[in-house]
Amino acid sequence: MSTGLAPEVGSELVTARLRLGRWEMLRRRPLWLLTGGLVLLLCSLVAGIVLGNVPVAPDQTLAILAHRLLGWSGPVTWTPAAETIVMELRLPRILTAMAVGTGLALAGAVLQGLLRNPLADPYVLGTASGAALGAAIALLVPIQVAVLGLGLLHILAFTGALLAVWLVYRLSGGASAGSLTSVLLTGYAVGSLLAAGIALAMYLSGANLRQIFFYLLGSFATASWQQLLVGLPLVAAGSVLILTRARSLNALLLGEETALHLGLDVRRERGILLTLASLVTAASVALAGLIGFVGLVVPHVVRIAVGPNARAVLPLAAVFGASFLVLADLVARIPGEVPVGIITAVVGAPFFLSLLRRFRSGYEL
Amino acid sequence: MSPGLGVEFRGVGLAYGDRRVLHDIDLTVAPGERVCLIGPNGAGKSSLLRCLVGTADGRQGAVLLDGVPLEESSRESLARRMAVVPGQVQLPFATRVEEVVGLGRLPHEHPLLGPRPVDRIAVLRAMERVGVAHLAGRDARELSLGERQLVVLAMAVAQGGGLLILDEPTVHLDLRHQVEVMSLLADLNARDGTTVLAVLHDLPLAMQSFPRLVLLDHGRIVADGPPRDVITPERVRDVYGVDARFVPGIG
Repeated sequence: MSTGLAPEVGSELVTARLRLGRWEMLRRRPLWLLTGGLVLLLCSLVAGIVLGNVPVAPDQTLAILAHRLLGWSGPVTWTPAAETIVMELRLPRILTAMAVGTGLALAGAVLQGLLRNPLADPYVLGTASGAALGAAIALLVPIQVAVLGLGLLHILAFTGALLAVWLVYRLSGGASAGSLTSVLLTGYAVGSLLAAGIALAMYLSGANLRQIFFYLLGSFATASWQQLLVGLPLVAAGSVLILTRARSLNALLLGEETALHLGLDVRRERGILLTLASLVTAASVALAGLIGFVGLVVPHVVRIAVGPNARAVLPLAAVFGASFLVLADLVARIPGEVPVGIITAVVGAPFFLSLLRRFRSGYEL
Repeated sequence: MSPGLGVEFRGVGLAYGDRRVLHDIDLTVAPGERVCLIGPNGAGKSSLLRCLVGTADGRQGAVLLDGVPLEESSRESLARRMAVVPGQVQLPFATRVEEVVGLGRLPHEHPLLGPRPVDRIAVLRAMERVGVAHLAGRDARELSLGERQLVVLAMAVAQGGGLLILDEPTVHLDLRHQVEVMSLLADLNARDGTTVLAVLHDLPLAMQSFPRLVLLDHGRIVADGPPRDVITPERVRDVYGVDARFVPGIG
């Protein structure tokens, strides 16, 4: 403090400039990680489209893609079956995994920051149970409805997720300040109530039990272009808007009162962030069911690497969440069809635990 | 920090439910003044600050910043002009000290592009001025309470603006740091012209460090002026119920 009280402004500025060098170093690290993440994502996408349990030669796969996507007019050396596998099964599948991974990781990062709770995940406000109940009801109803190529299941899952969040928000008085704990507790209570509904639906479901169960574990097996065409714009728009709210999340780091002092319109931002996170989560669960662990773990792993600055955390979480789910889905379909939620937990939990052990001094839950 | 801002409370009242904590307060703090609110627990000091920083619901009367009612400015423009040193803060995630201090620049930085070099220089200078530069890379959650108090003070200094508001900035500080924070406030006030409005419980410290004290009791202003005029043994007995002979520096 003595330097501040008897200041020589010149020398102070020189030290400031010298230290700026170190700041720049720290600031560049997220950029390197982002570059690495994008490379990883590209590799996962390539692996995801080339590999599978029906072998299609890599050169053929690339030729099919070039032919269909880029209008390349070379000789057709592949079978129609190979073309269907690449274009109608694998491509929508990896794109769905990418979108859902991005959406869940971003929603998790937002809710952890907004609720200031490291244990928050995208499902904490009842989205998961709402979507699951919607899906279970859809599977029980013996009618087939299709709007825009979407089945009843996707529509009811999406609606159920949003209804659950809306209910939690209204019941907890989420619009007033200083009630974040009550938002969390209400989310838990509403989630438990809806879980009872899911259990009842499963009990009554008879032959459909396996399908409900599959939805609860999450899977990309049913991904299709029609679903993606509706789901992807929702997830993409929500994700882009979330990326623009980094400053709000940073302001909330020290709590809502300090955020107010730092110039944030806390009530408005809370509404915006909750809406965006819920929308992205609802679209994700409608596309792929309940995939756990991505939304909880990816933001934490990113924070361990670059600290809590949302400007770095959000884009990195998006890229690594996407890569993680594309790779997890690849692992899930190589041995046959294992629900991808099992893979994310089996791979993610030990990795996360080892990180936590290594960074125990600087990081605690 | 930019040149000082004046504050004016006009007939300010506040109630929590049925309990009235402020009655018709009129108080003017001129630009560049250094004023300390004192008074016993529950006198309304913090409530009065809350009316100014915008965290009090249902306030009556008007609060003017530089002659303009608070309601006419956006939160962001207020945050650029007045910095509030928060009480105790809790961090949910591991956060380096320089990142915490950097939060003070949020109202100034570009909403999408983030901090510019001028923001980073402001952060470094604030850390040096408050004397926490050596802690820059530490996790703020591992610091002592006193160190954390200095860090949030550095955050407010980095935020700048013509008005600095502090509620109990010295509770966790040892004697040396108390004195140093007080000289920092005097320095900000003298060199930068920053208006300083603080709440302190430590009467001797307030008397030594502030040219003007405002004594509150039961939600009203009881006395206002230079320390020696405000703190008299009779008033201390009336307001605090303590015989002032036993209070060092007063009796």
